[in-house]
Amino acid sequence: MQVKHAEQAQTNPRYKAAVRDLLLQLADDELCIGHRDSEWLGLAPDIEEDVAFSSIAQDEVGHAAFYLNLLRDLDGEDPDAAAFFRKSRDRRNAVLAERLNGDWAETIVRRYFYDVFDEIRTEALRESSYVPLARGVAKIRREERYHLMHFQLWFTRLSAAGGEARERMNRAVEGLWPEVKGCFSLGGWERQLVASAVISLDSNEMERRWLNRMKPVFAQAGLQWPGPLPMVNQDGRCGAHSSHLEELLQTMGEVVRQDPAARW
Amino acid sequence: MGNGRETEVMRALQEVKDPEIPAVSILELGMVNQATVTGHHVRVEVTPTFVGCPALDWIHGQIVEHLKKIPGIEEVEVVFVIDPPWTSDRITLEGRRKLESFGIAPPPKTEDPDPLNTVPRCPYCGADQGEVKNLFGPTACRSIYYCKHCRQPFEGMKAV
Ligand SMILES: [Zn+2]
Repeated sequence: MQVKHAEQAQTNPRYKAAVRDLLLQLADDELCIGHRDSEWLGLAPDIEEDVAFSSIAQDEVGHAAFYLNLLRDLDGEDPDAAAFFRKSRDRRNAVLAERLNGDWAETIVRRYFYDVFDEIRTEALRESSYVPLARGVAKIRREERYHLMHFQLWFTRLSAAGGEARERMNRAVEGLWPEVKGCFSLGGWERQLVASAVISLDSNEMERRWLNRMKPVFAQAGLQWPGPLPMVNQDGRCGAHSSHLEELLQTMGEVVRQDPAARW
Repeated sequence: MGNGRETEVMRALQEVKDPEIPAVSILELGMVNQATVTGHHVRVEVTPTFVGCPALDWIHGQIVEHLKKIPGIEEVEVVFVIDPPWTSDRITLEGRRKLESFGIAPPPKTEDPDPLNTVPRCPYCGADQGEVKNLFGPTACRSIYYCKHCRQPFEGMKAV
């Protein structure tokens, strides 16, 4: 089955609801992580990273806007309102994406974990039955490739450096590991999403692929393998979030709330 | 509708430049999929270089402004699409030449597997022995390199 455009999706309420939920997962992940990236502006360890993080943040927020535009086509929701004014319980991002940046090691580890996950997820969307999504993802993957390359380089370099760098990397891995599983969750609509081929992999298979990709990188980088991924306490895909998201939304919406009708 | 009108549309689109690289038009960047004239109406299909390109509103405005100058054109419709996706291989030969003379190395071919180890020719001195300084540059579509021959940094378009 192929659903070529929003009007066609609207004729099937369950399909539409599942796609809507997935679009929010995608948009909210990219929006949160893009916002966290932007927090490094002016503070990154060197000028190159300042430039890199601003560029990457811009890409991610652009991707979030793209997904929110698909959402508007689907059910008329205003993209700006969805980005700025939705309550945290209506957000569908993984908790990993909302976390504070932490130190540089934690930033790099979170980013790399997320980008490998996102690569697997977007691969699973390339043949999506929802054609507008499949098309967008084809384009977005061409851009994400650069992010992944960048963070893989940092991840292996910092780990291989030994000393304090590797210590911090190990500490960052340990701190982030309990949140990783939350990325693979597809939320309340997983069965519908997989059954109607909106996405070609279920959460278990995405997790398996992620672990398979990560293991050799850990070995090569000389990092301790922390073992199986534990269950998460809060499933962000179902609207359960940490206080970090509340803080993020406060900051992100600070300007727009001063005058929601202002034009920029 | 007639060909004459469409040639005029193309000529007008050639006047719409990339706001960051005013030497190169959106046609030369390969951003225009098609332009169709029907009576007094013209529809231009544009594909952004990057999904999050912040210049799209500006480009939209420029297209409308330039096309409305054509006698007989009353309505200009601009649609942004990402299918087929823009790739840096769509930049025309003329576009590549203009980029280089503007001081920005044109992109390597997208089949080149490894951007971390692919360095374009220096647009200033033409030397090949450069290195990647930063995959990310001042705009989403550019990287920063360093030329070991003339010893200065230069920018290049990403292969995307
Ligand atoms: Zn040179």
